[in-house]
Amino acid sequence: MSWSTTLNHPLGLLDADSFPFLAMLGSDDSDIFINGLLGSFAAALVVISVMVVVALLTRYRAWRTLWFDWLTSADHKKIGIMYVVLALVMLVRAIAEAVLMRAQGAVGLDGGFLSSDHFAQLFSTHGTIMIFFMAMPFLTGLINYVVPLQIGARDVAFPILNSISLWLTVAGAALVMTSLVVGVFSTGGWFGYPPYTGTLYNPGVGVDYWIWSLTLASLGSTLTGINIAVTIYKKRAPGMKLYYMPLFTWTALCTAIMMIFAMPPLTVVTLQLALDRYLDFHFFTNGLGGNQMNFLNMFWLFGHPEVYILILPAFGVYSEIFSTFSGKVLFGYKSLVWATMSIAFLSFLVWLHHFFTMGQSGHINAVFGIASMLIGIPTGVKIYDWMWTMLRGRVRFSVPMIYSLAFIFLFVIGGITGIMLANPILDYQVHNTVFLVAHFHNMAVPGVLFGMLAGYTFWFPKAFGFRLDERWGRISAYCWIFGWMGAFFPLYILGLMGLPRRSVAYEQASYVPLEIVAFVGALLVAAALMALVIQLWVSIKHREENRVFVGDPWDGRSLEWATSAPPPEYNFPVVPSINDRDAFTAAKEFGVGYQEPDTYVNIEIPQNSAMGPVFGGTSFLLAFGLVWQIWWLVILTGLVTIGTLVVRGFQRDTLKIIPAETVCRAHRHWIQAARSAQPIKRSQEHTAANKGRAALETVEVST
Amino acid sequence: MPKSIMSVSVLQMHGCGSQQAVTLSVQCVALVLLSGCNSTEHLSFLNPQGPIATAQSEHFWLVVAILFILIALPVFIGTVWIAWRYRYGATKSKYVPRWKIFKPLEYFSWGIPITIVIFLSILVWEDTERFDPYRPLTSSTPATHVQVIGYDWKWLFVYPEQGIASVGMLAFPAGQPLTMELTSATVMQSFFIPALGSQIYAMGGMVTQLNLQADRPGRFLGENTMYSGDGFHQQKFAAVAMTQADFDAWVQQVRATGIPFDATALNAIAMQGTKAQLRTVLAPAAPAFDSNIYFTGAKANFFTDLVMSVMDDKPLPSTALAPAITKGQ
Ligand code: HEM
Ligand SMILES: [Cu+2]
Repeated sequence: MSWSTTLNHPLGLLDADSFPFLAMLGSDDSDIFINGLLGSFAAALVVISVMVVVALLTRYRAWRTLWFDWLTSADHKKIGIMYVVLALVMLVRAIAEAVLMRAQGAVGLDGGFLSSDHFAQLFSTHGTIMIFFMAMPFLTGLINYVVPLQIGARDVAFPILNSISLWLTVAGAALVMTSLVVGVFSTGGWFGYPPYTGTLYNPGVGVDYWIWSLTLASLGSTLTGINIAVTIYKKRAPGMKLYYMPLFTWTALCTAIMMIFAMPPLTVVTLQLALDRYLDFHFFTNGLGGNQMNFLNMFWLFGHPEVYILILPAFGVYSEIFSTFSGKVLFGYKSLVWATMSIAFLSFLVWLHHFFTMGQSGHINAVFGIASMLIGIPTGVKIYDWMWTMLRGRVRFSVPMIYSLAFIFLFVIGGITGIMLANPILDYQVHNTVFLVAHFHNMAVPGVLFGMLAGYTFWFPKAFGFRLDERWGRISAYCWIFGWMGAFFPLYILGLMGLPRRSVAYEQASYVPLEIVAFVGALLVAAALMALVIQLWVSIKHREENRVFVGDPWDGRSLEWATSAPPPEYNFPVVPSINDRDAFTAAKEFGVGYQEPDTYVNIEIPQNSAMGPVFGGTSFLLAFGLVWQIWWLVILTGLVTIGTLVVRGFQRDTLKIIPAETVCRAHRHWIQAARSAQPIKRSQEHTAANKGRAALETVEVST
Repeated sequence: MPKSIMSVSVLQMHGCGSQQAVTLSVQCVALVLLSGCNSTEHLSFLNPQGPIATAQSEHFWLVVAILFILIALPVFIGTVWIAWRYRYGATKSKYVPRWKIFKPLEYFSWGIPITIVIFLSILVWEDTERFDPYRPLTSSTPATHVQVIGYDWKWLFVYPEQGIASVGMLAFPAGQPLTMELTSATVMQSFFIPALGSQIYAMGGMVTQLNLQADRPGRFLGENTMYSGDGFHQQKFAAVAMTQADFDAWVQQVRATGIPFDATALNAIAMQGTKAQLRTVLAPAAPAFDSNIYFTGAKANFFTDLVMSVMDDKPLPSTALAPAITKGQ
C-alpha cells in the first residue's frame, strides 16, 4: 500500500479487520476458525497478562516503586535484571510457539491443524523473538549485571544510554507482542529475504512489524556494544590489566566490539527494505537495477557475526563456571583469550556460507568453506582448555556445572555438524533442510541458552541475595538437556531424508515416527520451562533459609563475589586495586577478603532518569505508527523522541551523592556479617549453612 | 575418493525392491528410514542414485568418521573420565588449584584442531571444485537440456530442444547428464533432488545452473527448499529417470496430448497456487495421462525472455510464446 493512500485516514490502515479475533468471528471456514482460535487465545493471554500485572501493581501500590526503583533506574544492575526479565518473558512465548510447531509436525502428514500462514507466522516470530528478544537481552542483561562488578567499576560508562538501549529493546519486543493482538506478523522467517518480503508478495503489515522491531532492537544493541566496550576499556579498577580480566569480561568485550560492527548493517538493511516497501525504491526488488542478493550480503554481514555475538558470552559463562566449580584457576587463560579474539575476527569473514547454493564459483565457495572451518580451531581449543581446567581440580556437579558438562557433549556434536555445513559439497545437500535447523539449535540451545541459564543460576544469589533451589534446578536442567536431545536429534535424520525446513506438512509417511519423537522432546522442553518457573517460586518462598548476604556462595574467584549480595548501589565502597588474575581468590588466600578501608569517601552515582522509558514509549509508538501508516502519530512521536534528547541535553544535575557515612555504615554492617558468618566447605554449599562465606579449601593435594 | 569404513553398510542399504542385502550396522536403526521405503521415491543422498549424490554421501561419511573418531570420541571419554576422577568427593585424586598452564597440553589443544582442519581444507578445496554444480558431467552421450522456472508453488520444466514443457514431472534419460538452467518468475526458490545431488537457488532475473545425472531409471523426490509462501510445502515434483526409449516415448506422448503453451496457459501457471490447483484451472483442456500437466509448443527463447522481463520488471514480450494455435506443432 502506498503511503499516499493512507494520508487521509487518521488511523492509517487500522480498521476492524486488523484484529484477528474479529476476523475469526466473521468467518465460517473451520480452518480459519481453529487457527483464529489459537491466535485469539494467544492474543488474549497477552492482554490478560498485561491486565493482571497492572492489577497486581495497583493492588500492592507498587507503581511508585516500579517507576522510581526500576524503570527509570540508571543502575547497571537493575538494568541488567530488567533485561533478563524481558528475556525470560519472551522465552516463554517463543517456547510455546516451538511446542505448537512440533505438535503440528507430529500430525503434519498431509495436513495437521495449523494453516500454512499461521505456521509461517509461528516460525517467523519464534526465530525473531529467540534471537533478538530472548538471547540478545539475556546476554546483554548478564553482561550488564556482571561486567562492571568483575572489573571493579561503579557503573557502566554511559548509564543513561544503557537505559535507552534497554528501552529500545523493550519497545521492539512490545511491537512483536502487539502483532499478536493487532494485525499479523511477517511470514518471511527471521531473516526476511526479499523479494518475498517485498510489497508485491507481502503487501500487509506483517513484514513491517518485523522490520521495525528489528530496527529498534538493532539500534539498542549498537548502543549497548559501544557502552560495554567503553566501560571495559575505561572503567577497570586500578591495576587491572587486560590480561587480568576474568574471561567473561573478555568475551563481553569481544561481543561488544562485534555489536558495534555487526549491528549497523542490520539497521541499514531493514531501513533499505522499508524504503523498498514504503517508497517503492528498488534496492532489492527487480527493475531499475535492484538486486535481491544485496540483501543477503548485508544481512549475513550482520547475521554471521551475530551468532558469535550470541555464543561468546555463553563461552565466557562456561569459563567462569568450569573454573569456579572445579575449584581451580582457568587452564590456558591466554589461549582462551586469543581463541575468543580470533573467533570474533574470523566471524566477519565467513558470511557467504549462508548462500553457498546461489551459484558462485567452486573456488569462492571453497575459500569461504575453509574460512568457516578455521573457526573450528579456536573453538576446539576452548573445549580442550575447559577439560584441562577440570583436570586436577575438585569438580562439583551443581546446576551450572550440569549445564556446562551437557554443553561440552552436545556442543561437540553441533560443532561437527557445523563443519559439515561448512563443506560446500555437503551444504548443497543439507542447506534449507531441517538438518540445518537441528544444527543451529544445537548451537543456540546447548550453546547459548544453556550458558545463559547456567549464568542465571550462578549469579542469581549475587543479584537477589538468596540461592535458587538446587533440586528444581536440576530437574529443569535435565529436562532441558534430554528435551533438547529428543527434539533435535530426530531433525538431523529428517534433514538427511530431505525434509525442508519451514514445512507445515509433508507427504512422506516415513517422517512420522521421528516427528513424534521430536514432539515428545519439545514437551520435555516445556516441562523444563515449567520447572524453571517452579524453581523460582520455591526459591522465593524459601528465601530466608537460602540467604547469602555475605555474597560468596560458590567460593567465587573474581571481584563480583567480593561484595555483598545484593551489592550496594555503588557496588564497592572502595574501588579495589588489582595485581593478579582471580583477584578475589587471591585476596581470600591472603586472608584479606573482608577488610575495612582506612577511610570512606562520598560516592557519586548517576541519578534516575525518565529519559529511557519515555524514549522507549515514543519509539514504540513511532514504530507502531509506521507499521499502520498513521502519519500524524509518526510525526508527533518523532518530534517527542528528538525533544527528549534535547531536554536531556539541558539537564545539568545528573549525579547524586551517597555520603561517606552511609557507605561506612553499610560496609561495616557487611564486614560484620562476613566475619561472624561461618566459613563453609563446598560439600555444604547447597545447605542453609551457606551464608555466603567460603572456607579456604584451595590447598594443593598430591598423590 | 576412498570409500570410508562407515559408508559401506549404508551405501548398500537400499530397501525399495533392491536386491542388495541389507547390511545391518550400528546406524541402521535410524538410517533404514532414509531409503523412504513406503513411497516409490528415493529421498536421500545417503542412498545415492547418481554420481554427485554418491560423491556427497562418501564425503559425508568420511567427514563424520574423521570428526567423530578424532574429535568427539576422545572428548566424550576424556570429559567423563576427568569429571569423575577429579570429582569433589575423590579426595585421593591429585588437586592442584593453581595449575594453569602446561605447554605440551597447549600444543596439543591447538595442534589437533589445526591438523584436522588442514586435512579437511584440502578435501574441501578439491571436492568443491570437482563437484561444482556448474561443472558439466563428463559423458560419452550428450546431455539432456532442461530449463527450470520456479512459480508459486510449482516448478515449470521447459525442454527447449523438444519444444515441450511440464509441471510436476521432470523426465530425463538415465545414465546420461542432465543439464539445467534455472530461474524464478517469483520469489527465491531452491531446486533440489536429494537422491541425485546438489540443490541450487532459482532467483528472478538471474540464471543459475545445475548438472546432475541418474545412474539408472528410478523416481526421485524433487522439491523446493526455500520458503515461498502458503503452498511452499506442496511444491514437490517427481524427477523420473527413464531409459532412452521410454524418454522418447514420453516426449511423443506429451507432444500428442499436451496443451498449447500460450498466454492463457502461462497466466494460469503464474497465478499463485499449487500444481493441483493449476490442474483444476487447465484440466478441461488437458487430457493428461497422469497427475501432471503437459504443454506443447514451448519456444526456445521463452526462458531468456522471461529472465529479462523479470530482471527489468517489464511484461513478457509476445514473441516469447507461441500464438495460440493447434496443438502438437
Ligand atoms: C529448545 C527449545 C526450542 C525448540 C523446541 C525450537 C523449535 C523450533 C522449530 C520447530 C522451528 C521451526 C523449524 C522449521 O523451520 O521447520 C524453529 C526455528 C527457529 N528457531 Fe527454535 N526452538 C527452540 C529454541 C530456540 C532458541 C533458543 C533459538 C535462538 C536463540 C531458536 C532460534 C530459532 C530460529 C532462528 C529459527 C528459524 C526461524 C526461521 O525459519 O526463520 N530456537 N525452532
Ligand atoms: Cu554463518
